[in-house]
Amino acid sequence: MNYTNLSKVAVNALRRNKLRAILTMLGIIIGVASVIAMLAIGQGSKKSIQDQVSSMGSNMIFVMPSQQRMGGVQLGNTNSQSLTVNDVEAIIKECPSITKVSPEVRSSGQAIYSNQNSPTSIYGVGVDYPDIRKVKVKSGRMFTDREVKTSAKVCLLGKTVITNLFGENADPIGLTVRFGRIPLTVIGVLEEKGQNSFGQDQDDIILAPYTTVQKRILAVTYLQTISASAVSEAKSSQAVEELTNVLRTHHKLKEGADNDFDVRTQAELISTLSSISNILTILLGAIAGISLLVGGIGIMNIMYVSVTERTREIGLRMAIGARGLDILMQFLMESIMLSVIGGIIGILLGIGASSVISSVMKWPVVVMPASVVLSFVVCTAIGIFFGWYPARKAASLDPIDALRYE
Amino acid sequence: MKKTIIEVKNLRKEFHVGEVTVRALRGINMEIREGDFVAIMGTSGSGKSTMLNILGCLDKPTSGDYLLDGLSVASLNKNELAALRNNKLGFVFQSYNLLPRTTALENVELPLFYNSKIKAKERKEIALNALEAVGLADRMHHTPNQLSGGQQQRVAIARSLVNDPVVIFADEATGNLDTRTSYEVMSLFQELNAKGKTIVFVTHEPDIARFTTRNVIFRDGHIIREGDVEDRFNAREMLDNMPINTDYE
Ligand SMILES: Nc1ncnc2c1ncn2[C@@H]1O[C@H](COP(=O)(O)OP(=O)(O)OP(=O)(O)O)[C@@H](O)[C@H]1O
Ligand SMILES: [Mg+2]
Repeated sequence: MNYTNLSKVAVNALRRNKLRAILTMLGIIIGVASVIAMLAIGQGSKKSIQDQVSSMGSNMIFVMPSQQRMGGVQLGNTNSQSLTVNDVEAIIKECPSITKVSPEVRSSGQAIYSNQNSPTSIYGVGVDYPDIRKVKVKSGRMFTDREVKTSAKVCLLGKTVITNLFGENADPIGLTVRFGRIPLTVIGVLEEKGQNSFGQDQDDIILAPYTTVQKRILAVTYLQTISASAVSEAKSSQAVEELTNVLRTHHKLKEGADNDFDVRTQAELISTLSSISNILTILLGAIAGISLLVGGIGIMNIMYVSVTERTREIGLRMAIGARGLDILMQFLMESIMLSVIGGIIGILLGIGASSVISSVMKWPVVVMPASVVLSFVVCTAIGIFFGWYPARKAASLDPIDALRYE
Repeated sequence: MKKTIIEVKNLRKEFHVGEVTVRALRGINMEIREGDFVAIMGTSGSGKSTMLNILGCLDKPTSGDYLLDGLSVASLNKNELAALRNNKLGFVFQSYNLLPRTTALENVELPLFYNSKIKAKERKEIALNALEAVGLADRMHHTPNQLSGGQQQRVAIARSLVNDPVVIFADEATGNLDTRTSYEVMSLFQELNAKGKTIVFVTHEPDIARFTTRNVIFRDGHIIREGDVEDRFNAREMLDNMPINTDYE
């Protein structure tokens, strides 16, 4: 029998038991649709994390004091004072692959204006900070080098702080807020950034010269973080190397001694976060895959029923000249058709479900063409795999036994 | 002398069911020539169906030789047997064995699907001719549940004819039919036989056997008697002379 005839026979057989065929397909439909949707959600979360990390800055490199650990338990920042302004200056001078550097000290506390107050964080940074971290000044201005040198009592406010202290859409430029006991004059407003991928509000922030935060608020001389920008993404690892060497020299670390600082790059951050969401994707996909497997077993079950029901038909077909192979192909075609039609419907449903999820949940959902192709291939494979044993059983029947079957 | 189509020598068939061995055929010698219309008769359990299944290459004998159209059947493998059944043999069963929810035409076409030499176009035409030969061309789009038992059996006969077989095997082909319909079916077989078809026909009804040309009587796996039919019935004539039954009016 040729393939056209085989498919005709298969279609007829399925049409004879429409409801049963549809119910059997339902298993595959649900399986494929959930695989597609789950992979789309996983990919979507990966993409959103990547986008957000990229929006944090360009080719960023962070230096932090290293944390001593023992057996995975964090023992506290024993070296927490290892980074200083001298390090920042050394990096600027001695690292050709790094364009911009900014120190960073943070403190949390209450921001107060008149009778309003708001718990927030103050970031003491350098003038290059907005460029490195892709923070934009919406109105007003950034503080200057001079203001950094003089530890000027100036600041820029994020949207959340403004809303909490002044009300929405208020213009606070020129007004004075207090952070703890220190009065700071507002010279600029930061553009909104929204939440980051960890759910942190990136607009609940006050920016001030790092000298102001060091001297007037925290009374310390060390830095918590140094942020830097590499010349380009490609130069990122070279920049890390240069930076590490410079810091080791300045910290007078002996050869073989551990770094007393950690260097992280944006690329690393992206790949760490991506690998987390990859695991998530695999997990979701695997769960959905199990439902696909169950769907496949459903097909196998129905094919066994179908073979048993049609034993006499098989006997007759053999009597009039069907070979074992013809019978095998007939039943295999039927199960492939069940799984492939189910698969196509499932793919469409999965794409539909993905877009519904993305619009309702406001998640980015990325349907990968690869997952569609893969689902299709997997469906065909399921049809062949789960159809094989029932079809084999049919093909190996003895014509006489099959004809006599009741 | 006409060509010998079937030649069987010392054919035996045993079935093993648990500890018990059933000797269904115990050394059969038989010869069927081209154009013969043979009735295999005998009591229930005498081995008629077993014999027919072996002759039809659906089953294999335990021992003995079987030459079909000059070919030693024992030497053929499964696929060759399937091809042989497809090209040279036709079957008519007691219970018709038509595919349900499939039109008469498609049922008749079925054997041709398994013959790669026949193209889709020819297939329909050949099937239609076969249906015409059994007088059911006007019912070609009807499914089995829209046909009477006699009509279904005629569709089955058309199916057995469609590959222009060397022999047609029929096992109790009239077993499910009333007298009149049986005669109609026998008349069809007689027509086919008159055109030269070889037919092997299993029945246990003596009056049905009178329509054939030669009777072979089985008992307990042996042939006990064999002979040509002396005063052969003509089914067409008998149908014409049959009084129309008015009992039901
Ligand atoms: N598959 C089988 N397994 C075991 N025994 C069998 C099998 N087929 C047939 N027999 C036995 O072989 C003997 C002959 O059976 P067969 O069907 O040929 O009889 P028959 O002449 O066709 O009878 P009937 O007129 O009732 O159809 C019987 O005793 C039957 O029980
Ligand atoms: Mg019988």
